[in-house]
Amino acid sequence: MKHTPWRALCAAAVFAIAGLASAAEPMAKLVPGQGHIGFVSKQMGVPVEGQFKTFDAQIAFDPHKPEGGTVALQIDLASATLGVPQSDAELPKAPWFDTARFPKAGFQSRTIKALGDGRFEVAGKLTIKGITQELVVPVTLTQSYGQTVATGSFTIQRLAFKIGEGEWTDTSMVSDEVQVRFKLVLTGLRPL
Amino acid sequence: MPVPPVAAHEPADAPRYGAVAMALHWLLALMIVTSFSVGLYMTSLPFSPLQLKLVNWHKWAGITILGLSALRLLWRLSHPPPPLPARIVAAMPGWQLVAHRGTHFLLYLLFFAVPLFGWAYSSALGFPIVWLGVAPLPDFVPVDKEFAEAVLKPLHKGSAFTLAAVVLLHAAAALKHHFVDRDGLLDRMWIK
Repeated sequence: MKHTPWRALCAAAVFAIAGLASAAEPMAKLVPGQGHIGFVSKQMGVPVEGQFKTFDAQIAFDPHKPEGGTVALQIDLASATLGVPQSDAELPKAPWFDTARFPKAGFQSRTIKALGDGRFEVAGKLTIKGITQELVVPVTLTQSYGQTVATGSFTIQRLAFKIGEGEWTDTSMVSDEVQVRFKLVLTGLRPL
Repeated sequence: MPVPPVAAHEPADAPRYGAVAMALHWLLALMIVTSFSVGLYMTSLPFSPLQLKLVNWHKWAGITILGLSALRLLWRLSHPPPPLPARIVAAMPGWQLVAHRGTHFLLYLLFFAVPLFGWAYSSALGFPIVWLGVAPLPDFVPVDKEFAEAVLKPLHKGSAFTLAAVVLLHAAAALKHHFVDRDGLLDRMWIK
């Protein structure tokens, strides 16, 4: 109970800051059903592709003033699929994503740097299964017909987030490195 | 495929298979029986590191069997097997000679068909084979999970069970020659 006033205050501060950011920067919207967040792990040397079917993002960002922008992403971990019913039944369980306790993974940007030619570097915090790690994500933006496509990929160590616990920590079975590839289709972003 | 020609005259000491042919015969016999057994066992297991390990070993063994069978066929074409001794041919009814040729032809056909269907099944499911975990093999069928389950899986399974049946017939016939006819046929392939 004693944390409640602090929480309320923090929440108020977050909303205030978010409000300021969104007031300052145009808010982009995800085009439903168009993006893709995939991941590739290696099972005994075999690249196995999966994806998260459900995710949402709040992007308040001006390509000409990237340092003032913010990117937040929430991924519904229960929507993870490898396309094989047998392994899909395992992914929500405790050794993998433990979706009963941790329904969502999230990314919250801290700084955005322009690298030129529509390329940006987004640094922030990635949280999966309650574990938060600093991450730098390269993002490339391309625009056509009022839509912006943001693509990029980065590699995480699954064990740092306790993805695959117990007998599955053996990296000779499932590699520690997992490549994450994303493509977000947005509307409402200012021209590059 | 050449079948052992029938000897016109019975040699004093019936000619035997060469050392390479014998080594390939017994090595492949062991590998095929083991792979078949592992295949039966692994498909009964729940999703687990053990299952993942066995499935990959099964695929590596299958590819090795395919490669060794190709070598074996080339060796057989360039080093024809010793002809059946005339006294054995004389003692065999016509249908047994036909069965003798038929089973050998079927065995060779299935040495190739079973692993090729397995390889295609794996590729179509979206799991390319990485031989021994280091050598990625090409996919000669596109990813198509429905086709994999509806067509390739029954073909792999059906051809594997057919191979098992023909192997049993082959072994039973060899044992019958050895223990019932006592005609020394098994000595041609028995490592001494």
